[in-house]
Amino acid sequence: MPKMTMTEKIFAAHAGKTSVTPGENVWVNVDVLMTHDVCGPGTIGIFKKEFGPDAKVWDKTRIPIIPDHYIFTADGKCHRNIQILRDFVKEQDIKYYYDPDFLDTDEGSGMPNPYRDPTKTNYKGVCHKALPEEGHCRPGEILLGTDSHTCTAGAFGQFASGVGNTDAAFTMGTGKTWLKTPPTMKFTFHGEIPPYLTAKDLILAVIGEIGVAGATYKTMYFAGEGISSLTLEDRMTLTNMAIEAGGKNGVCDVDQKTLDYVQARSNRPEWEVFKDDPGCNYVFEHEWDLSTMEPMVAKPHSPDNKDTARNCSDVELDQAYIGSCTGGKITDMIMAANILNGNQVKIPTFVVPGSTEVHQDMLTLGLDGEKVKDGEPSVYAALEKAGCTIGPSGCSACLGGPSDTFGRLNEPKACISTTNRNFPGRMGHKEAGVYLASPLTAAASALTGKVTDPREFVSEPILTGSAGVL
Amino acid sequence: MSNQTITGKAYVMGDDIDTDQIIPAEYLAYNPSDPEERKFFGMYANIGVPKGQRGLPEGNTPFVPEGEFKTEYTVVIGGKNFGCGSSREHAPLAIAEAGAKVVVAEFYARIFFRNCVNGGYLLPCESVERLVDEIKTGDEVTVDIDGGKITNHASGKTHSLHPLGDATPIIDAGGVFAYARQEGMIQ
Repeated sequence: MPKMTMTEKIFAAHAGKTSVTPGENVWVNVDVLMTHDVCGPGTIGIFKKEFGPDAKVWDKTRIPIIPDHYIFTADGKCHRNIQILRDFVKEQDIKYYYDPDFLDTDEGSGMPNPYRDPTKTNYKGVCHKALPEEGHCRPGEILLGTDSHTCTAGAFGQFASGVGNTDAAFTMGTGKTWLKTPPTMKFTFHGEIPPYLTAKDLILAVIGEIGVAGATYKTMYFAGEGISSLTLEDRMTLTNMAIEAGGKNGVCDVDQKTLDYVQARSNRPEWEVFKDDPGCNYVFEHEWDLSTMEPMVAKPHSPDNKDTARNCSDVELDQAYIGSCTGGKITDMIMAANILNGNQVKIPTFVVPGSTEVHQDMLTLGLDGEKVKDGEPSVYAALEKAGCTIGPSGCSACLGGPSDTFGRLNEPKACISTTNRNFPGRMGHKEAGVYLASPLTAAASALTGKVTDPREFVSEPILTGSAGVL
Repeated sequence: MSNQTITGKAYVMGDDIDTDQIIPAEYLAYNPSDPEERKFFGMYANIGVPKGQRGLPEGNTPFVPEGEFKTEYTVVIGGKNFGCGSSREHAPLAIAEAGAKVVVAEFYARIFFRNCVNGGYLLPCESVERLVDEIKTGDEVTVDIDGGKITNHASGKTHSLHPLGDATPIIDAGGVFAYARQEGMIQ
């Protein structure tokens, strides 16, 4: 038996083979296929064209549909796209659909009002956050999604990757796809995560090291006790940005933290845990010592344009943005709130919860990740009191979107952001400059109006309890 | 089809042309499955590329003239990591909808390459050497897929292309659906 990596074992198991080798093309059975409002209509169109107007999806319980991109906008085409999803869900009896159920849309502007109570809506928000929350992520499975950040789910020890509409339509009808087995790159982190770093600093260091095409066609495996010391949510930040190095997927080992999460959430009772065989082949290996790493930023206009936050302390900012699948999880919000609590932001600071669950947790959890105690502020209250503007859950300005999108950069401004991409025009205006950073660095910078190393504000570890897990 | 020869004007862009530049997010509200809306992807193809990078070496040359749906350029030349970023299939679709037939880049981001092949939009060729500095926007070129070469009629030079590789059967079939039918996998 050849020695195999986790990804190779998952491919073999789903291709009905005993082994596969990197470079080998295999047809695999897909466990879960996700789509959303931007790529869903195109996918559905191709599905109907190719399989016929009366065709049925391969498994109505394995196709979660999660509108998240263009929700709170007056653009009628966006509302129409959500209606296409609704009609398809009804026609196919799709089991898992998370509708934004608009409330009394304003007649003049056409802007739908967001949910009033995050616990009383079917709407979730960003698909990559909603997928694990709603029990669609499990070790050992193959998850495809019509979104490049589908790789986020690799944090759960599964193969997860983004595909286009044609691929998704094919899987929608057959439950299968062809994949080329990727070779694996191993990134090992030694030591414990220090209080001033988050996984965002680690992944910006990795992308800065290997470049935006450094992992093209490859698996990025994040290993070592440094990764074990991260919360599941922080591991999702690492795997989320595998695509920013061109990676096909990113993976972390399955440990007790993974199992606790999946046991609490999975909508299926069984899964299989795979791990790398000792002595398996890696095409690249690099090691870091967490104790010597520094808070990082990616400067405009590329995620691999790395620098330390410290080196950028003279960069003047116009705006801060805390949100997205990468940087809008409840642990990200707790990190930011601990720095902002009791202070006032110096620049407009937009906060977007990654999901309605995150939104609800912000209201009910305190700065230590535990249920908020009398007389202490909730995460939400701390951010609001510091002067942040908090919007409804969704992808929002992370990818620009329609011009009325919350927090969008409609002018050539400088913004520090916890999101994952800073290509030209990504957050709106083509000449806007986006600095990617951790929630700690973004919050510290919001207070000073310049790129700021969070060590000026953080010395003690910030606890997050079981926030985002249970 | 991989046995094609394509002659036309070249449009040259640089490295790391990402899918947000090829078709910015604000245009993704159009539904590509609607024939009338699909045309707009052609109108806005490559509109997010910064002005100085549009149509090298001079720049400031739009891929599609403002207000029009079609381009005069049939061959897109790129550098490294063409089509990186978002998985949006709207990107190869937009370039194809505008009227281009083939992209020749040093290498591709994997989802873009896959979308080109599986959707049957564009031939994603890889050049052996860097062509961004060899070909100018507006040069008449011929891409000979079977012959594995691109000829620049303006300079008279010929440059080698890598073989299309494992993806050839799917490209020849015209996309993943046609391939799967040919192989008897679907009806």
